[in-house]
Amino acid sequence: MRKIGVFVCHCGTNISSMVDIDRVIESATRLPDVACAVDYQFTCSAPGQTQIKDAIKEYNLDGVVVAACSPRMHEPTFRKTLRDAGLNPYMMEMANLREHTSWVALNRGEATAKAIDLVRMKVAKVARLRPLEEIHLPVTRRALVIGGGVAGIQAALDIADGGVDVTLVERSPSLGGHMAQYDKTFPTLDCASCILTPKMVEVASHPNITLLTYSEVEEVTGFVGAYKVKARIRARSVDLEKCNGCGTCLEVCPVRVPSEFDASLADRTAIYRPFPQAVPAAPAIDRESCIYFKTGKCRACEKVCPADAIDFEQENEIVEVQVGAIVVATGFHFFDARKYTEYGYGSYKDVISWLQFERLTNASGPTGGKLRRPSDGMEPKSIVFIHCVGSRDPSKGFPYCSRICCMATAKHAVITRSKIPDAKIYSFYIDIRAAGKGYEEFVRRAIEQEDVQFIKGRPSRIVQSDGKLLVRSEDAFLGRQIEVEADMVILTNGAAAQNDAAELAQMLGIGYDQYGFFNELHPKLRPVETNKAGIYLAGMCQGPKDIPESVAQASASASKVLGLLSRDQIAREPIIAEVDPGRCTGCMDCMEVCFFTAVEEDEFMERKIAKVLPGVCQGCGACVAQCSDGAMELRAFSDEQIHAEITALFAVEVAR
Amino acid sequence: MTEEYYPRIVGLLCNWCTYAGADLAGTTRIKYPQNIRPIRIPCSGRVSPHFILTSLLSGADGVFIGGCHPADCHYNEGNYYARRRFSVLKSFLDFVGVEPERLTLEWVSASEGDRFAEVVTAFTEDVKALGRPNPYSRKELED
Repeated sequence: MRKIGVFVCHCGTNISSMVDIDRVIESATRLPDVACAVDYQFTCSAPGQTQIKDAIKEYNLDGVVVAACSPRMHEPTFRKTLRDAGLNPYMMEMANLREHTSWVALNRGEATAKAIDLVRMKVAKVARLRPLEEIHLPVTRRALVIGGGVAGIQAALDIADGGVDVTLVERSPSLGGHMAQYDKTFPTLDCASCILTPKMVEVASHPNITLLTYSEVEEVTGFVGAYKVKARIRARSVDLEKCNGCGTCLEVCPVRVPSEFDASLADRTAIYRPFPQAVPAAPAIDRESCIYFKTGKCRACEKVCPADAIDFEQENEIVEVQVGAIVVATGFHFFDARKYTEYGYGSYKDVISWLQFERLTNASGPTGGKLRRPSDGMEPKSIVFIHCVGSRDPSKGFPYCSRICCMATAKHAVITRSKIPDAKIYSFYIDIRAAGKGYEEFVRRAIEQEDVQFIKGRPSRIVQSDGKLLVRSEDAFLGRQIEVEADMVILTNGAAAQNDAAELAQMLGIGYDQYGFFNELHPKLRPVETNKAGIYLAGMCQGPKDIPESVAQASASASKVLGLLSRDQIAREPIIAEVDPGRCTGCMDCMEVCFFTAVEEDEFMERKIAKVLPGVCQGCGACVAQCSDGAMELRAFSDEQIHAEITALFAVEVAR
Repeated sequence: MTEEYYPRIVGLLCNWCTYAGADLAGTTRIKYPQNIRPIRIPCSGRVSPHFILTSLLSGADGVFIGGCHPADCHYNEGNYYARRRFSVLKSFLDFVGVEPERLTLEWVSASEGDRFAEVVTAFTEDVKALGRPNPYSRKELED
């Protein structure tokens, strides 16, 4: 007979307001294996944990049920409590009386009945638990960072500065991400390049960082401490070792295609460097537009290259890296404003996106930083900004707020004022969201000092007539329709998850939401961890955020990585499958269903049986359900334990 | 038999998606009928057909299995095994005379708290509509 303690938490009033705690205690006390059943206001607090520790000693408990919140929240907390009290930490189960009961129940009677059942089920399971010892595994002291925007750069530098080797994989030919395209940053109007490009150089020259640009992660296998990564380095057609970055090749290339970096406002060549400050400085040949790769003739770049660096025969290369931890910093893409046909983006040349505006005001952009409208190069005298294009609009875009656009628009308006002092500037908004240090002050500056007219209203249509754009909108404060004549309109399109975010999430085994943003483990307490141990998040790939937040998250991820990799060994949950050699008939069905190749053949009393490799098994239990001999068991989720939970549910008829 | 029929449903919820989705339904305070008794399992691939039979034999009115959406399984392919075992078991239930509608398999991700509440509500309604299980079919299962 077991001696189980049941500890029921009120969670302030979160549980007790819906669940009759006294009845739960009373019912638990009557269960055969229960030695004590007590309640406390906050069982997770220090006095609450002391209550458990004291009871373990007083009643000589050998099992514990904590009836409180979700085990996904506090299972590690209470396991530690048991360990501190000298009891095996795996002799504990949590009954979820909060997330699964009090917070979702329609009435107190139903919630109490469910709580009583859940506690009884967990007592039945705990009565069948066995003590488990953690598995210790060696750690590979190297990290992988996916994405070379500001978040990836920060994470890589912080990890590398901590003395751990980093491999940084970036898809495009250069580091920098979206931030490299921006002109200035809010609310300080720091020049984006001036604060970013030195960091890019630092990454490339850091002794602990291996930089793979023009490369993508193709496959990730393994688990925390021992991930195996395959990355494809795309053929750049330029030898990175030989190229001195002189740029002579760029001058002779006859091809012109729209430049991705300049948001299609200018052209680039087929052999190209996205921007002059690119890192690495070596260009890449875009084989889809290169004349030589299409027709077999040209090779003009090769003829002029003084370093003999052009290599048309270069092939894609697959490299394999072993890492202990991974930081995902894959960023975002801008919402496609063409979905708002009423604004004419894509057909009216002078209706441009936010990113195009950044390029138009950027000194390294197509106009050398002079603000000129794309159609005829005229200096616009009347400029309209439209907020929330694709944001806060479930019908055409996304229901969420993209968070950065209000501030970006205020910044754009202030930059416009400095470039064209006599311009009329209008900003159509739904609400102004300027939460952040110095943000509200910056918006007020735009309104009060820079004479930017903020109009509350969502424009309904833009019409072109006589070289002018007519913006029709409501003015919510005046309560009537207005029309503004503009030379140029900037659509502040919101942030969207990368198109292939779901594929990457599936490759890594991390969660993602309906928009494609990756899920953090806990929204408040574990904001950079994922549901896969050893994989962390930084920047926009987790959800819309501005540069300071992205950088902060990157540093947080880096500190998590350094913490993890500072140990020689990591402890893993011992929840893995194991074979009963006596019952195994060696059919090896388990091996067939194991995705992780954690099962191998072994011998027992001169016959073939299955054997589980403890360091490799991930504890999913697919083999257990497959085994027709009942020889395979999953620790902490054994057939016996789960059957006990099920039968305990129906063991007592509870009056409702 | 004047008392209202209150079916009891065993929920076998995978830790990474549906259990977390149920947690999210809680943190966002979405209300749904409380007939379900969730049991946390690592993966829907862990669901042995015995769990379902045990549930029905012990008196469950319905069994709800929750897993990750196809391609989203934390263990890569556990939900595919669950789906295969599920379809076989459904036809078996039909064969022995238990309404196959008493068993359901749903994909609910960790970010779909609202969906968890929706599918549980719908399944609870379905089971209520079926009424009490036929005692003879339970006898059949035992054999």
